[in-house]
Amino acid sequence: MKDEVQTPEDRSASLKGMGCSRKRVEDVRFTQGKGNYVDDIKLDGMLTGDFVRSPYAHARVTAINTEVALKVPGVLAVLTAKDLEPLGLHWMPTLAGDKQMVLADGKVLFQGQEVAFVVATDRYAAADGVAAVEVDYEELPVVTDPFKAMDADAPVLREDLEGQTEGAHGPRRHHNHIFTWEMGDKDATEQVLGEADVVAEEMVYYHRTHPMPLETCGCVASMDKVTGKLTVWGTFQAPHAVRTVASLISGIAEHNIRVISPDIGGGFGNKVGVYPGYICSIVASIVTGKPVKWVESRMDNLMSTAFARDYWMKGKIAATREGKITGLWCHTTADHGGFDACADPTKFPAGFMNICTGSYDIPVAYLAVDGVYTNKAPGGVAYRCSFRVTEAAYFIERMIEVLAIRLGMDAAELRRINFIKEDQFPYQSALGWEYDSGNYHAAWDKALKAVGYDELRKEQAQRIEDFKAGKTRKLLGIGLTHFTEIVGAGPVKNCDILGLGMFDSCEIRIHPTGSAIARLGTISQGQGHATTFAQIIASEIGIPADDITLEEGDTDTAPYGLGTYGSRSTPVAGAATAMAARKIRAKAQMIAAYLLEVHDDDVEFDVDRFVVKGAPERFKTMKEIAFASYNQAIPGVEPGLEAVSYYDPPNMTYPFGAYICAMEIDVDTGEHQVRSFYALDDCGTRINPMIIEGQVHGGATEGYAIAMGQEIAYDDMGNHKTATLMDFFVPTSWETPHYTTDHTVTPSPHHPIGAKGVGESPNVGSVPCFSNAVHDAFRPFGLVQSHMPHDQWRIWKIADDLGMHG
Amino acid sequence: MSKMHVKLTLNGQEVEGLAEPRMLLIHFLRENLKVTGPHIGCETSHCGACTVDMDGKSVKSCTVFVGQANGAEITTVEGLVNEDGSLGVLQEMFREHHGLQCGFCTPGMITRAHRLLQENPNPTEEDVRFGMAGNLCRCTGYQNIVKAVLASAAQLNAVKEAAE
Repeated sequence: MKDEVQTPEDRSASLKGMGCSRKRVEDVRFTQGKGNYVDDIKLDGMLTGDFVRSPYAHARVTAINTEVALKVPGVLAVLTAKDLEPLGLHWMPTLAGDKQMVLADGKVLFQGQEVAFVVATDRYAAADGVAAVEVDYEELPVVTDPFKAMDADAPVLREDLEGQTEGAHGPRRHHNHIFTWEMGDKDATEQVLGEADVVAEEMVYYHRTHPMPLETCGCVASMDKVTGKLTVWGTFQAPHAVRTVASLISGIAEHNIRVISPDIGGGFGNKVGVYPGYICSIVASIVTGKPVKWVESRMDNLMSTAFARDYWMKGKIAATREGKITGLWCHTTADHGGFDACADPTKFPAGFMNICTGSYDIPVAYLAVDGVYTNKAPGGVAYRCSFRVTEAAYFIERMIEVLAIRLGMDAAELRRINFIKEDQFPYQSALGWEYDSGNYHAAWDKALKAVGYDELRKEQAQRIEDFKAGKTRKLLGIGLTHFTEIVGAGPVKNCDILGLGMFDSCEIRIHPTGSAIARLGTISQGQGHATTFAQIIASEIGIPADDITLEEGDTDTAPYGLGTYGSRSTPVAGAATAMAARKIRAKAQMIAAYLLEVHDDDVEFDVDRFVVKGAPERFKTMKEIAFASYNQAIPGVEPGLEAVSYYDPPNMTYPFGAYICAMEIDVDTGEHQVRSFYALDDCGTRINPMIIEGQVHGGATEGYAIAMGQEIAYDDMGNHKTATLMDFFVPTSWETPHYTTDHTVTPSPHHPIGAKGVGESPNVGSVPCFSNAVHDAFRPFGLVQSHMPHDQWRIWKIADDLGMHG
Repeated sequence: MSKMHVKLTLNGQEVEGLAEPRMLLIHFLRENLKVTGPHIGCETSHCGACTVDMDGKSVKSCTVFVGQANGAEITTVEGLVNEDGSLGVLQEMFREHHGLQCGFCTPGMITRAHRLLQENPNPTEEDVRFGMAGNLCRCTGYQNIVKAVLASAAQLNAVKEAAE
């Protein structure tokens, strides 16, 4: 037999299991244009839906005339709130416990809000119909500033909530107030601040931006009136949750709803939410009896679905003169737009913002977050981050820099003396988390050494001298970041969305000839699940990854799970995969022992087989065991070889990393050039290094965009100023920096394979890194804090405000 | 609206159909001809997901009327596979160097790279970064795309050299 002469190392390598840079199985389809994205779906008789959207940010809708539109050739129906009201679908619940208008019910609260839904034979007819719908608006005063929204005489935005003093997350103290969320010890923190040697205080703003996946959101809804079954294909990061929510709000029994996420062209949090387009398409399909497709335009996408961030974070950080941090205080004003549609676990209205003590051992802390309504689009999704972790990381990494300035200290050294030490893990943070594992000092030292930190600082000092001597107009900024993420939501005991527990799942079925199919409750949007999850199974049960089909996204076939976002696939579904594989391995062990005529305990697993202990020449391969499991009568053992695991994680995982960037800045033009970017990530056990590196490149590029120019901006009238790719910055290959990646490995002690997840780390870590580089360049000239995005004009303005233009 | 007769060569095959004159090429390809490799990412010529090769030039088919493509020779990513159906060099190199993740930009990216390497068979990294700047990717940070295009150039040149 061939494998008798193979070494265990050869056999292991041929499995393409964990730790190898296995090429992606998805790519054979994608590189030929054979992906199957939602807009590729074409069904017989399929109609197209398109929205009439509000041109105003705050207005009463006094009349909607659909008469002319209904005469447009190809237009079959125009839905308004009046049509949805009898079904109770003119409003829908949001993921944050609020409700949102599906179609304008008497008023609009943001520019681009959905007012009417035109259903037509094709996209051109639908667009004609949209243009022909007449809507009368009566403008109302607009408020886009969350601080002004809390003024006593601010306009009332949510008339539907008037008089309601209790919201989904506790008391509301103002008509535009949504919630106050508090964590930590307020009194103890204020006492420490009062008694501290040094207190640095700063307002840190993380501006509004947007995940902007290249594929916009969309769906195809098809109600089969004969079978009574509703099928919805859509860009859903959480297909099972969509099915349950759709069932609950429509009254259609859950077994009669099939939700399918086909290939998804990037999600980054944009595709977690439930949007009016989904509801309208479903209703339109029920009304017309035909499949209805709705796909956003780019402008629709940037104006109406899922913004991210928009946190005003006021911070105070206390320390001794030597730089030991003694306390942290933060008050955040969170601009949620017209409806609170944040995608956060129910008990966390500000997500995991309470990870804002970061990588540091801070004895006391206090965090309060006030959510506020404004005339902006709803959302507040986690744009490649785990529920406000980006905001938290940006806040603490800016506060550290501000403190370093206050203390006159090197910011790298200030970090080092405050890191949580290796022997403090598991570490209980002042704001309520238990960090699973970490070795921050090792990562930091490796990073500083790799970039030649001391030499960089020397070069910078020389540059400052040269600048002052008039020899150069370029500054050098050194951006530092050490971030700690909290991902893998999460333990069902404290993590749910709309009451749905955040476990995840994997079902593995081994075929008689020894190949397999695995199905998961998650859904890939580019992460390469079909490649990596097969690697976990390959290593766990010794079946080559190439012999394993992986499926996700079809709620009729995949086990229930809460989907892919918040870097939860590897920490939760990855764990479920390992656990399901281990159940199979346990059964395989019994079968092997029977076939080898020894006791169960006398065989042991060896790469791709079970061998008799002490007699490795006596073995049964997994292939042989699989065949026997189906075809041989084994006393006391059911036929077949399959298992399912629903994994409820005992804790979150805490990936971390050290990022360092060197940036050249032209004082006169405001232009910047990223000279180098070094990213060290510790995501625990590494499943596929190639994919990890790709995730870091991509996440860091999103972070680069956010820090250096990308924003969702409104004028005072609530006009959206960045609704096309002309105005909304997405870096091209030309301006995107080159990245150097590195890693340390500190496995998660509670995860079956020690993996922590990596997809979002680079976004979380790179934003403060780029921003700190800009700040660092101007530090010697007196800059303490300047808000992102650091586009060319804003950098020029920093220099101008500091009097550097003479 | 009255329709016009459109005839063009798509991936080496003559095809025809009826379309409103205002119809955009990307919709004609995707909806009438069911060639769904080219994608729609922005509809304003910024993202390049809809890039096709038209008469020897990279064009963004979301801003070309189908009438403008009448009689043209068009290549999409579907036309870049080898005759035996295996992946073409660019497709193979994108896979080899992890030059794609969600795959949505990939057809446009590869189609653009195909033209770029004909315009400049020996590009530097800078040439590739500049020449591919009309195609946006949200997943990869471009580093591996650039690597894949450079590797393709090397491979295509080696094949050419061996043939000479």
